[in-house]
Amino acid sequence: MSEIDLATAKKIANLSRLKMDDAELDTRAASLTGIIKWVEQLQEVDTDNIEPLANVVNTELVLRKDEVTDGGYADKVLKNAPEETQDFFVVPKVVE
Amino acid sequence: MAQLVKGETGDWEIVIGMEVHAQVIANSKLFSGASTQFGAEPNSQVSIVDAAMPGMLPVPNEFVVEQAVKTGLGLNSKINKTSVFARKNYFYADLPQGYQISQFEHPIVGEGTIEIDLPDGSTKEIGITRLHLEQDAGKSVHDQHPTKSFVDLNRSGCALMEIVSEPDIRDPEEAVAYLSKIRMILRYLETCDGNMDEGSMRADVNISVRRPGEGLGTRAEIKNVNSLKAVQQAIDFEVSRQIDIIEDGGEVVQETRLWDPAKNETRSMRSKEEAHDYRYFPDPDLLPLHVPQEQIDRIRDALPELPDQKKHRFMADFGLSLYDASVLIAERERANYFETAANGNDAKLTANWVINELLGALNKDEHKAISDSPVSAESIGELTALISDNTISGKIAKDVFAEMYKSGKAPGVIVEEKGLKQVTDTGAIEAIIDEVIAENQGQVEAYRGGKDKLFGFFVGQVMKKSQGKANPGAVNKLLKDKL
Repeated sequence: MSEIDLATAKKIANLSRLKMDDAELDTRAASLTGIIKWVEQLQEVDTDNIEPLANVVNTELVLRKDEVTDGGYADKVLKNAPEETQDFFVVPKVVE
Repeated sequence: MAQLVKGETGDWEIVIGMEVHAQVIANSKLFSGASTQFGAEPNSQVSIVDAAMPGMLPVPNEFVVEQAVKTGLGLNSKINKTSVFARKNYFYADLPQGYQISQFEHPIVGEGTIEIDLPDGSTKEIGITRLHLEQDAGKSVHDQHPTKSFVDLNRSGCALMEIVSEPDIRDPEEAVAYLSKIRMILRYLETCDGNMDEGSMRADVNISVRRPGEGLGTRAEIKNVNSLKAVQQAIDFEVSRQIDIIEDGGEVVQETRLWDPAKNETRSMRSKEEAHDYRYFPDPDLLPLHVPQEQIDRIRDALPELPDQKKHRFMADFGLSLYDASVLIAERERANYFETAANGNDAKLTANWVINELLGALNKDEHKAISDSPVSAESIGELTALISDNTISGKIAKDVFAEMYKSGKAPGVIVEEKGLKQVTDTGAIEAIIDEVIAENQGQVEAYRGGKDKLFGFFVGQVMKKSQGKANPGAVNKLLKDKL
């Protein structure tokens, strides 16, 4: 699928919770198409015997010990919440 | 054997695959140092990583990785030395990141097999597709306000293992047996507490139906199936719903459905329709996870004996039936209790006493756990030894057991105090028999005249006179001679 049409752009915008009018969606669809075509071009390179590269500095994933070192500050966590009560975030009802 | 379901137009076969979400036992979360303890004050165990503040970086918990490898080995599955964390994108109020860090193309554990025990005493192998690590979401509370939901992020970021089965399950009994076995393995390994009430183990059930021998039908994914009973009920409901649709000429829609235990039905979760497009991609904040072979070997060497190994050992070493072995290994504590009790004793007899008497008594006593048993394993062992060496009869042993359960006293002490020792001394038994014969001349005449059935009456009289203490074998033999 090298062409992102308006319907696909609309679906992606909806899944990403982005509100866009048709004119903007048109522009985005065109630039997304450009990106995908560029990636398709990259895929022409033969990489059959090459390990995928996750980063360029050859470092390993760092793990931590299983210790409780964080938390205990509900006030900080809730500081940006538009609404809160009894240390809960309060949001519009989201039940089925 | 898997049951077929009879419809209006013929037989149907059920095909079930399960996804079990198991919360990993660890002190801290998958990617942050916040505590995982259950039941804390709202948002008190949330780090700024869990709250998804901009610029925060996830750092994996090494113990959780170890727990996942341990579980994979316990499920007889392949451990992938390289796995990759990926973002699963969707929006929900209790998912502050807007994505869940999970594993997609490269899970930490690959294919394997486990054995399940069915109620008819047979076993069946069920394939494991994969196990991957992922973050749990927060918790929404919907019943505190008419138009608002309350969100607590304490659970956000706790480590989950998602264990996916092959669609090898064919009826509700197998599904229940599968879930029980998974829970048993997790508890033996101490990688998840398996507590379905607290939500630390949850199941999604994928169900479809087909004509026997045909290809797979369209499946529905049932969520919120959170007890063994719910598994059975949700499958029963969903299977008849799907058969009705197809037999009426309709088609099953592939969708997510919610099990409602109050109404006893599944219903469509329409909001999930589009959300299934998760747009996974490798998480750029996390490098691939490497588990060296030495670490895998070290974890494998330290594995405890697993339920199925224990089951087969109990059958081979103690000559127990599959049923008895399955009951005894259901909990690690129970298996240990049995082994302590059976040490040096008749194992089959001990198994009978543990299963029939002790578990029965505990069940009647507010479903007590074996760890709270007033009767110690050593005492049960002593009791079976007293039966084996003919000190007391099996019948008297039941009274002794009741007393042991009540007072916690050792069986030897009770037998001594109450004078319950079996009388094997032939002289003493003969004396009682003589008394019985003297007191029941009429019956003796009748017996000698051919009324064989009266023999039981004499045995009863002798046992009664001896207060149940006479050895039944000796009584039978001596009575025959005297009469």
